[in-house]
Amino acid sequence: MESTVPTETPPAQSPADVSLRGDGRPTVPPLITGNKTPADVTRDVCAPLERGATGLWWGAFLAALALLIVGIISVGYQIATGIGTWGLNRTVGWAFDITNFVFWVGIGHAGTLISAVLLLFRQKWRTSINRSAEAMTIFAVICAGLFPVIHMGRPWLAFWVFPYPNDRGPLWVNFRSALLWDVFAIGTYFTISLLFWYIGMIPDLATIRDRATGFRKKIMGWLSLGWDGAARTWARYEVACVLLAALATPLVVSVHSVVSSDFATSIVPGWHTTVFPPYFVIGAIFSGFAMVLTLLLIARKVMNFEDYITRRHIQAMCKVIVFTGSIVGLAYLTELFVAWYSGNPYEQFAFLNRMSGPMAWSYWIMVSCNVLSPQLLWFRKVRESIGAVFCLSLVINVGMWFERFVIIVTSLTRDFLPSSWASYAPTWIEVGSLVGGFGLFFTLFLLFCRVLPMIAMFEVKAVIRPQTHESKEGGS
Amino acid sequence: MIHILHVAVFADETSFLSAARACSSKEIEVVNAYSPYPLHEIDKVMGIRKTRLPWVTLVGGLLGLAMGLWFQYWASATSWPLDVGGKPWDSFPAFVPVGFEMTILFAGLATIFALIVRSGLAPGKRPRRPIERVTDDRFALVVKRKTGALRWPQIKELLSEHGAVDHWEEQA
Repeated sequence: MESTVPTETPPAQSPADVSLRGDGRPTVPPLITGNKTPADVTRDVCAPLERGATGLWWGAFLAALALLIVGIISVGYQIATGIGTWGLNRTVGWAFDITNFVFWVGIGHAGTLISAVLLLFRQKWRTSINRSAEAMTIFAVICAGLFPVIHMGRPWLAFWVFPYPNDRGPLWVNFRSALLWDVFAIGTYFTISLLFWYIGMIPDLATIRDRATGFRKKIMGWLSLGWDGAARTWARYEVACVLLAALATPLVVSVHSVVSSDFATSIVPGWHTTVFPPYFVIGAIFSGFAMVLTLLLIARKVMNFEDYITRRHIQAMCKVIVFTGSIVGLAYLTELFVAWYSGNPYEQFAFLNRMSGPMAWSYWIMVSCNVLSPQLLWFRKVRESIGAVFCLSLVINVGMWFERFVIIVTSLTRDFLPSSWASYAPTWIEVGSLVGGFGLFFTLFLLFCRVLPMIAMFEVKAVIRPQTHESKEGGS
Repeated sequence: MIHILHVAVFADETSFLSAARACSSKEIEVVNAYSPYPLHEIDKVMGIRKTRLPWVTLVGGLLGLAMGLWFQYWASATSWPLDVGGKPWDSFPAFVPVGFEMTILFAGLATIFALIVRSGLAPGKRPRRPIERVTDDRFALVVKRKTGALRWPQIKELLSEHGAVDHWEEQA
């Protein structure tokens, strides 16, 4: 097995990022600015953990906590009273709950893509952002997992989704149902992501252990498993990381494919289509990268990480967004084409209804946020403006939430029989649980920023290795 | 039997690697090396063999696949055969997603388990390294003199020549 973390090939660059040196050879802006030494990296990354929380952090944390409390009250009321507190009806059985579920699962995908797929492709720019992107994955999957559970109405019976020996026969779960595949896909995804994140953090936890005193030293000493940085351990560790990345890559593709099967294996017009798995996976990556940008543009400012999360990282992520956003646009067109080409009147109606029916506004929000707005990122000026990128990342998140809402609600409100058509509007309780999801996500993320190293120190140290060495090894 | 080990500490990767190469060319065994980030060059100097971890992953994955498919078949066709939409009881295509997830889960868990056990990592274990700063910005070599090779003062000189910022003797 070959090396993993210090990449030998130069990161992919588009001509826009390359300026010319005096001798005509291209130079690329550095990934890490400020001429950092390994000791600087340790000091800078550990600084937010070692100093007290700033006022800005407390402000953000209390705001997130307030949203979370709104969610707890809404969900608490819903569980105590029943699903009737939601705006669902006998025609529209899924709406905000499953929209939120699919939205949050999708957010998680960018973390795995950055940590696993870019590791396999040896992209150096992943090293400053992989840790926080993976944390984002884990918190997003936690948010995602909550919604199907509260959607059950009786969440204390949620363990029924697992095939455990029971005194009803035993009556097993239905392994032929896409909903059960979800249980296994999300369960495996959460477990593997959490372990991958933790394993990737062990050397950094050891660094904190060796700097800390008192209680923090004890906790970090326990968590870092006695890591000593010996060459044999490093060799084995790196191979393990590549293996986990190689497992996580097909896993992440399978997770949203399985989620899309919840819809695609049914016969509801607008859901019953084979384009769903790739369409969902690419949309997940698209929305996830937007969320990574939202979080990191704030974090780099608040945590003073501007030398580590540089313009080059932001540019690279913008390019992924343009690329995936364009594929999402292609998927929307493919859906329309297939609906027309199928000759199936129900399928054709489903899409006409989406575009011009009573909920057409949500379709056009989706198209303008997801397909039109990311096209601005083709312009270098836009990619280089932090404010513009931040706004676009928010717009894309809104668009991707609406994508799931459009798919779920417009298809359900008007299916085959006009006599069973119905409308749907959310109640305040549903809006409260949507808000609470964001509250939970940001609360967890802010806590993570305070207690764990947000940047993979050992990987950044490997990236800033002496230039002479790099050219000797890589011949680039 | 008591071995005398020599420990040398370096402030940068270049001098650390050149010292390690010099030692191995002078019949001085590099027993261990510590660094704040992975350096593959040191593997060659120390003669670290390729890990067999991928085989553990493969076996874990195959086991997960076999268990996943077998359990679904057993539960759906033997233990309580249930007619779902007229599908046959042994509807293997429907069992593929869960079988796949079990493959990944078992392979991942096996890999992590093997990594932790083989590297001797454990919660609360006391780390054994020459100085704490190897997890920050220092590099350390632990070398052992082979019979007939250089004497300690000469080893000390060699290490200093290659930029060791500190060195001392230890008994192991």
